Amino acid sequence: MNASELAGRVRTGETSAVDVLEQHLRAIEECDGELHAFLTVLGDTARSEAREIDRRLGAGEAPGPLAGVPVAVKDNLCTRGVPTTCASRILEGWLPPYDATVVKRLRGAGAVVVGKTNLDEFAMGSSTENSAFGPTRNPHDPRRVPGGSSGGSAAAVAAGLVPIALGSDTGGSIRQPAALCGVVGLKPTYGTVSRYGLVAFASSLDQVGPFARTVADAATLFDVISGHDPLDSTSLERPNPLALARLEEGVDGMRVGVVVELLDGADASVVKRVHEAAEALAAAGANVEECSVPEVSYALPAYYLLAAAEASSNLARYDGVRYGLRVDASSAEAMNGATRAVGFGPEVKRRIMLGTYALSAGYYDAYYGQAQKVRTLIIRAFARAYEQADVLLGATTPTTAFELGSKVDDPLAMYLSDVCTVPTNLAGHPAITVPFGVDDLALPVGVQLLAPALGETSMFQAAAVIEGAAPAGALPQICAPTIGAGPTSTRGER
Amino acid sequence: MSVEAWEPVVGLEVHCELKTATKLFCGCRNAFGDEPNTNICPVCLGLPGSLPVLNVKAVELAMSIGNALHCEIRPSLFHRKNYFYPDMPKDYQISQYDEPINVNGWLELPDGQRVGIVRAHMEEDTGKTSHMGGGGRIHDADHALVDYNRAGVPLVEIVSAPDIRSAAQAHRYVEELRAILMAIRASDGRMEEGSLRVDANVSVRAGRTDELGTRCEIKNLNSLRSLARAIEHETERQVTLLEAGEPVLQQTRHWDEQAQKTVALRSKEEAFDYRYFPEPDLVLVAPGPDWQYQVALCLPPMPAERRAKLTELLGAGGPTAAQADQVATVVALGLDTLVVEAASSGIEVPLALARTANEAAADADRAREVDRAAYGTLLRMEQEGTLTPTQAKAVLADLFENGGHPADIARRKGFEALGAGTVVAAVADVVFAHPEEWARYCQGEDKLVGFFTGLVMQATDKKANGKEVAAELRRLRG
Repeated sequence: MNASELAGRVRTGETSAVDVLEQHLRAIEECDGELHAFLTVLGDTARSEAREIDRRLGAGEAPGPLAGVPVAVKDNLCTRGVPTTCASRILEGWLPPYDATVVKRLRGAGAVVVGKTNLDEFAMGSSTENSAFGPTRNPHDPRRVPGGSSGGSAAAVAAGLVPIALGSDTGGSIRQPAALCGVVGLKPTYGTVSRYGLVAFASSLDQVGPFARTVADAATLFDVISGHDPLDSTSLERPNPLALARLEEGVDGMRVGVVVELLDGADASVVKRVHEAAEALAAAGANVEECSVPEVSYALPAYYLLAAAEASSNLARYDGVRYGLRVDASSAEAMNGATRAVGFGPEVKRRIMLGTYALSAGYYDAYYGQAQKVRTLIIRAFARAYEQADVLLGATTPTTAFELGSKVDDPLAMYLSDVCTVPTNLAGHPAITVPFGVDDLALPVGVQLLAPALGETSMFQAAAVIEGAAPAGALPQICAPTIGAGPTSTRGER
Repeated sequence: MSVEAWEPVVGLEVHCELKTATKLFCGCRNAFGDEPNTNICPVCLGLPGSLPVLNVKAVELAMSIGNALHCEIRPSLFHRKNYFYPDMPKDYQISQYDEPINVNGWLELPDGQRVGIVRAHMEEDTGKTSHMGGGGRIHDADHALVDYNRAGVPLVEIVSAPDIRSAAQAHRYVEELRAILMAIRASDGRMEEGSLRVDANVSVRAGRTDELGTRCEIKNLNSLRSLARAIEHETERQVTLLEAGEPVLQQTRHWDEQAQKTVALRSKEEAFDYRYFPEPDLVLVAPGPDWQYQVALCLPPMPAERRAKLTELLGAGGPTAAQADQVATVVALGLDTLVVEAASSGIEVPLALARTANEAAADADRAREVDRAAYGTLLRMEQEGTLTPTQAKAVLADLFENGGHPADIARRKGFEALGAGTVVAAVADVVFAHPEEWARYCQGEDKLVGFFTGLVMQATDKKANGKEVAAELRRLRG
């Protein structure tokens, strides 16, 4: 069952927040041994939150649009008094003394936080295999990855362990796993969702966003978490675009550009699905045309320099002095080195070294400086594209879910799975992935809609149309019994 | 060649802790001397997920500094300066780099010489490390403790052009800068508490050449005295090297206060690569014209202007050399209003200036808080001969220490000679304290004689002669 239905039933008293929670905790109990979507499951605190929702309902209060809805939160979002590990040994034992702004907003809307989900260490990766605590599996095929870095959140939603979840997207970390797991994933406009309490990977690219099984739930969750936050200086002060209220307005007359570069190199089955989605939009009245944004081809190298540069600085603070892991040594400097050597995994170390190099005296202009110029070119290229189009369409990922272990030894092959998602992060624009049928192996395919900054309203409208026209999906191999009641899962054909 | 044939070329970097109520990027208290690690939060501790939010008051003080130093105020950016150090919570410092808020200004020394200001930019302070065990020094300590109360305290770093040509001039520059920073309430000027910290870049050159020599940066200058001594020593060291035909190496050097010499810390080759890049968690700081105008409007009189005022009060002929020094002292300490107020109540300026520059300056913190009427009364008692200069100084010390009325203090000390002078002083005192009644009396309200007489009686413990009091009141009315 999806989030809005659950919240509706809790509000009308058909069920209670406590019952809803227990049902989901049982599903987690049954499925998560194999799936490993969660790093921490919050039984007791979630139960007391659920009881509080029921009490408030009983007292005639309105707890909010997500009343009693269980939600999972990526483990790089701070939760007061609850481990927040970023799937890294280096944060072992650290309990944040505060909640991320988005976590506060979830609770403010009546949601019940049931757990913290697995990720690639510090959100660096595209398969969730870089977690220090073991990989998450794809519910559609446990031999395959769920994508990453927010693989835990994507898998948990796909398997029906929670109806909605939060992730973070720096270069595709929401959209890529959402596509690979067959759920909806949104990367909002940079600045619409507060980053306060999101453990930074690459600050100028990071954005928190929702996972859901329906476009409407993603819209609801976006409306809940977005809005100005005085604790985040990059948070926009203007009102956010409305998602849910205008979701059903259709695409009549909307200009849609199918970006050829976002199909280059993609599997034929993925390209076919994108074209079908384009036809569905055209059938609903949109003016669909092919377009070219050649500069997006340069996005991937620019992204991997800028993200690594910012990461090398953001991750400096894990020095063993104040919190987390400390490996003792003879001097502060040696302790610092020993702690980081033990605490960070290989991919994190690779990116810290890459980023440190890109910022070094003598190399700054050639790498960091050049990458910033590419970023500017990409922003300009999108601006030109949006003179002709209201939204853009393309693949979310070049392939469907790949097998565990198939890319871990080839970082460049792994980086390539982000090729369709990173341009949006560099531009600071929103993008959403919507499940659209399956490939020949019955693995989910996602199609991606992109919009200019603050263009979420039109983007969601197009996403709703695509969702309505989507061919049958597949029922995950690992899934909660409850998922059968949800509208997206009745199309199982496996 | 002798040292005299060489000219030192000095540029100074002054770090000024801003006296804001809260830190630069969070709401924690900005206070010196509190219990360690009590003024801290997720932001200034750099906890994962925390983000900085710029303190508007700090930006205003930075702009005031820019205004006072005749700088151009520009849209500015923060960068990250990356290096590892245990007392720096994020292992990078948020600082302004190539786009600072203030550029291209100047500061005029009391002698009229101008020193260029290259830039005055904002940055955050680090925490403070105490090395424990052993001798309390880094190399023999067995552990270290870190206090993060200072982490995130706002700083403005004021970088001068290499326009300074002697240790004495460097001393005057910092003194003047300190007076300016105190005047605009940007700093408390306390070098001993580290709220003003100076690094000196020193090179030397022979004779008349425009070419600059290789410079050394000297750190750990905790007082004006060490600043001057360090520059003198460093000049001698470099001259000795050059005269022996050896090169000066570009280095960072540490002033060893005990040994009274500079010692090498690290060479240019060992310098940190700070990997500066724009701080992505903050946005451009671009104060609009309205805001800039508001800040400029609130700029109080600068020390130069205040010195001119005192010089003007001293009258024709100008100040003697000793008086010029006194003027500089009282302005530098922010005590000039004591002199101006005393002068306006009829005290002779040289006397007011001397007492303020000598006795008041010795206890400047208390002098700034002293009851202005009592201070004026005391000066009047000295001026009129009721107290000898020696007695006046003793009473003044007591007044700063304990407050109270000068006549009472004088009596307690046995300085009492209840002659005409005391009555005159007491009358002046009550007149000064009651300007409204005095104005009415001057307009002809004669019955107020009783009011004033009563007060004088109170002040003199009923020892004054009523007729004398009335006569003095008439005399004052003229």
